[in-house]
Amino acid sequence: MAWGQNISEPCLLKTGIGCPAVSAGDEAEMGVMSTVSSGQHTRPMCYLLLLMILQLGLHTAEGVWPLPQTLISSTERFHLSPQAFYFGYGRQSAAQQGCSVLDAAFKRYFALIFPDYTSGRWNLFSDKNEKDGTLPFNVDKQFTVEVSVDHNDCDGYPNESSSERYNLSVFSGRASLKAVTVWGALRGLESFSQLVYQDDFGSYFVNKTDIKDFPRFQFRGILLDTSRHYLPVQAILKTLDAMAYSKFNVFHWHIVDDPSFPYQSRTFPDLSSKGAFHPMTHIYTQSDVRRVISHARMRGIRVLPEFDSPGHTKSWGKGQPDLLTPCYKGGIPSGTFGPINPALPSTYHFMATLFKEVSVVFPDSYIHLGGDEVDFSCWKSNPYVRAFMQKMGFGSDFTKLEAFYMENIVNITSALNKTSIVWQDVFDYHERIPKDTVLHIWKGTPASYYAELSRMTKAGMRVVLAAPWYINHISYGQDWHNYYTVQPLNFSGTEEQKKLVIGGEVCMWGEYVDATNLTPRLWPRASAAAERLWSDEKQTSNVDMAFPRLQDFRCKLVRRGIQAEPLYVGHCKQEYQGI
Amino acid sequence: LRISFNSPNFIVCIIFYVFLFFLFLGVWPLPQTLISSTERFHLSPQAFYFGYGRQSAAQQGCSVLDAAFKRYFALIFPDYTSDGTLPFNVDKQFTVEVSVDHNDCDGYPNESSSERYNLSVFSGRASLKAVTVWGALRGLESFSQLVYQDDFGSYFVNKTDIKDFPRFQFRGILLDTSRHYLPVQAILKTLDAMAYSKFNVFHWHIVDDPSFPYQSRTFPDLSSKGAFHPMTHIYTQSDVRRVISHARMRGIRVLPEFDSPGHTKSWGKGQPDLLTPCYKGGIPSGTFGPINPALPSTYHFMATLFKEVSVVFPDSYIHLGGDEVDFSCWKSNPYVRAFMQKMGFGSDFTKLEAFYMENIVNITSALNKTSIVWQDVFDYHERIPKDTVLHIWKGTPASYYAELSRMTKAGMRVVLAAPWYINHISYGQDWHNYYTVQPLNFSGTEEQKKLVIGGEVCMWGEYVDATNLTPRLWPRASAAAERLWSDEKQTSNVDMAFPRLQDFRCKLVRRGIQAEPLYVGHCKQEYQGI
Repeated sequence: MAWGQNISEPCLLKTGIGCPAVSAGDEAEMGVMSTVSSGQHTRPMCYLLLLMILQLGLHTAEGVWPLPQTLISSTERFHLSPQAFYFGYGRQSAAQQGCSVLDAAFKRYFALIFPDYTSGRWNLFSDKNEKDGTLPFNVDKQFTVEVSVDHNDCDGYPNESSSERYNLSVFSGRASLKAVTVWGALRGLESFSQLVYQDDFGSYFVNKTDIKDFPRFQFRGILLDTSRHYLPVQAILKTLDAMAYSKFNVFHWHIVDDPSFPYQSRTFPDLSSKGAFHPMTHIYTQSDVRRVISHARMRGIRVLPEFDSPGHTKSWGKGQPDLLTPCYKGGIPSGTFGPINPALPSTYHFMATLFKEVSVVFPDSYIHLGGDEVDFSCWKSNPYVRAFMQKMGFGSDFTKLEAFYMENIVNITSALNKTSIVWQDVFDYHERIPKDTVLHIWKGTPASYYAELSRMTKAGMRVVLAAPWYINHISYGQDWHNYYTVQPLNFSGTEEQKKLVIGGEVCMWGEYVDATNLTPRLWPRASAAAERLWSDEKQTSNVDMAFPRLQDFRCKLVRRGIQAEPLYVGHCKQEYQGI
Repeated sequence: LRISFNSPNFIVCIIFYVFLFFLFLGVWPLPQTLISSTERFHLSPQAFYFGYGRQSAAQQGCSVLDAAFKRYFALIFPDYTSDGTLPFNVDKQFTVEVSVDHNDCDGYPNESSSERYNLSVFSGRASLKAVTVWGALRGLESFSQLVYQDDFGSYFVNKTDIKDFPRFQFRGILLDTSRHYLPVQAILKTLDAMAYSKFNVFHWHIVDDPSFPYQSRTFPDLSSKGAFHPMTHIYTQSDVRRVISHARMRGIRVLPEFDSPGHTKSWGKGQPDLLTPCYKGGIPSGTFGPINPALPSTYHFMATLFKEVSVVFPDSYIHLGGDEVDFSCWKSNPYVRAFMQKMGFGSDFTKLEAFYMENIVNITSALNKTSIVWQDVFDYHERIPKDTVLHIWKGTPASYYAELSRMTKAGMRVVLAAPWYINHISYGQDWHNYYTVQPLNFSGTEEQKKLVIGGEVCMWGEYVDATNLTPRLWPRASAAAERLWSDEKQTSNVDMAFPRLQDFRCKLVRRGIQAEPLYVGHCKQEYQGI
């Protein structure tokens, strides 16, 4: 536990450390060696020493989480002053001032980089210029982060093929951040903000650094469940903030389910007025949804809505008569209801109308259709459903009925030019689903989800893996190891098959989670998965190497006001103040 | 099932009340006897008063009750205090009249303080009678939980009669401020929530191996060298006073623990020669073990430290720890081995530990304090002073029942913590485990059972700091609170408890306590503190 004393003070960089002075024995100086080095060694002496230290297993706490693909940093550091720090657009950049996404990001990251300054304390404690009576901007050396992007996608939405690649170089007096898209620039700004640190006197520094970075997987999601408990919009927005800090890019909004229907539909207002926990206080209005989508867009995050059916729909039945299957007992309706009734034409009319609305409200090209855990007992009990089975020639195979239903729903979304994503059950029952459907693995041990990955990708289907990241399941101890050591591509299959695994998702199901405990349960545990999904697996396979970095990152989250729980015994320089 | 006050049909509503009143509304932990009727009285914040009964030994100026009146007014009328709604008309007055037998307004609650109270709610007034101001605080808490709002925001309380007292005298919560530093604000917030569940002991496990945040007047180096940070991660004397005062106002004792001889790594940083140097291959290895029991200087230091502690912390108990002592370092040290020979302990290091603890217990006895120690001390050494309190922290039900039998048979008083290690989390409704504990279900005489003075919920800090303390503690600790306060027969069924605890949890959320949900569902007012 001796490390508890040191790791959480990542930024105790003493003045005047040059590269040759670095010695393996000085832990404070160790903080400088913030690097997993690869690429060209322009300063061979330094990097040799650096590599030696790394090889000795002495790890540093500083750096960027999730780990960039290549990061070269030197001990040469530059002072940053909030009075003389600027973000700007490169001359060649396709986006220029007025770009909504980047203009807003510059404001946001300024406040994240200089938290003391924005909270008003900076001047009191560390502005020696003011004490001298001189104006700060005359004295401090200017530092500019110059951002250039190839495409002006400022007014669009991130999508499944958006590049998030960026290159970041930090020099004396300036940093250059280059990206293909504004979404990539956002990732680079996040990395830059994590490179800045404060010394014990409160001065800000950034080291000479060169990063070339891109995500390993294109789909890096977090699922929130707003049906089992209602999450106030503010809790969702805060989660989006924290997602951006870990470079997640998909918010999978499991917006409705059995317990409640909080989505206020324009077309079917009764769904929420009768199906929400409360028709006024526990709903998401159209403007709430727009706010979430806009907040996400600004952070390069897609919003993927899920309207799970035909199971998990009890709350739908309250506001939409005749939608759910009446269950029978002893030949008569028992008064209870089962999954959506797949035998009625009105069902498909309703679903088409609902999804038409959803496809307009949610700009993302994906719609999640659910399709998991359908209980056949109610369908079996219902004579009309059984008659429909006979008519369709399904015999007594209810998986065929489910497949029939899902096929219809997938066709509805296809007609709306949306890509369907469905839980694995749909594939398990019904291998003949349209090839552009994305499959979502949610269950099983590693052995069984590897087998599923092999089968699905062999069938040419794209897959998102969620099974190992059911983060709502809590246990005592450092369970982030489990999320970190997942090897998503460690299944048997060709290179082509592996390319079909488009990413992974952290699921926070809501049985035991609401706004009171969402944040500490999610962070920093989800950040462990974030590194698995963004970074190179070989460079990030060791939990002991990751531990001090994740502790440091967790303290950064706390500093940013995210109520991220501790990994183990220790402390942060600035503890959580939001009590 | 979910209670709903918004039924348009009043008759249905009333029928609901008759059948479900006891299930849903009510007081957590459950009072010993509670009789309530469907007759309800409207309360208006503009015409609501707390006051002292004419016969009351405490009157206006009583610090504890004056402050409690202000606090509970805000808790009863959260809307009023948060946005100051204006009255429409002159409302009928309602007064809660508080009377106590003893004027203990300026004292501290102690191990024998009565917390008994009787509360009767009538038209226009409530009468709250208690032996002590601490009992009156419990009654005010119960009263505040009886008040509810209808869908139009109006406040009501039903005609009610409560006679109440705690089953156990010691109902504690342990916070560990060494493995993670908890800002004072987090401790104060925990004290607030403790009062809502009628806990009455804050066991402050203030120092341990990882850090020494207590800023000692006598030995300032202990925190300046042993804390995570000498300025930001310490408890100053004024911090400690603030905690004690905040606790006192809520009828909560502050029981400090300075655990030794193990769990003291952080002590060694600021106090040279206190810890035992470990040896390897005949020479000091540079690492240190438990406190060195072979040096007279050790006992001099401990006596001086505990003298300070006994002054700073007014409670009559001091927790001395004594758990999990690793003998390997003592064994390695030739001076310790020589001391063992001199004392005639042979190679039985439990005798050395017993010798050490006996000295420490004697130090606290000389300071007129009651020692409380972890069970290890009893396990090693049955001849400890009879007035020492033993604290059971480990084992399965079978093993802690056996321990309870042994300890009480030896005539020792016991606090049970083993079943309430609430830092251990798991998926699902684990509050059942804390609720279904039967503390007295061990074999022993009635006299033995009386020696079980209470229980304690322990929140060890390996994985807990201010970011997750509150949702991990509440409402799971409240399940233990009912076990320790209420009659076991009336509260043995988790299914009966579930809707009551859900309701209580929503009350906590409404009061700004970040208490996590028990299961799928919602609160009328969700947590807004994001």
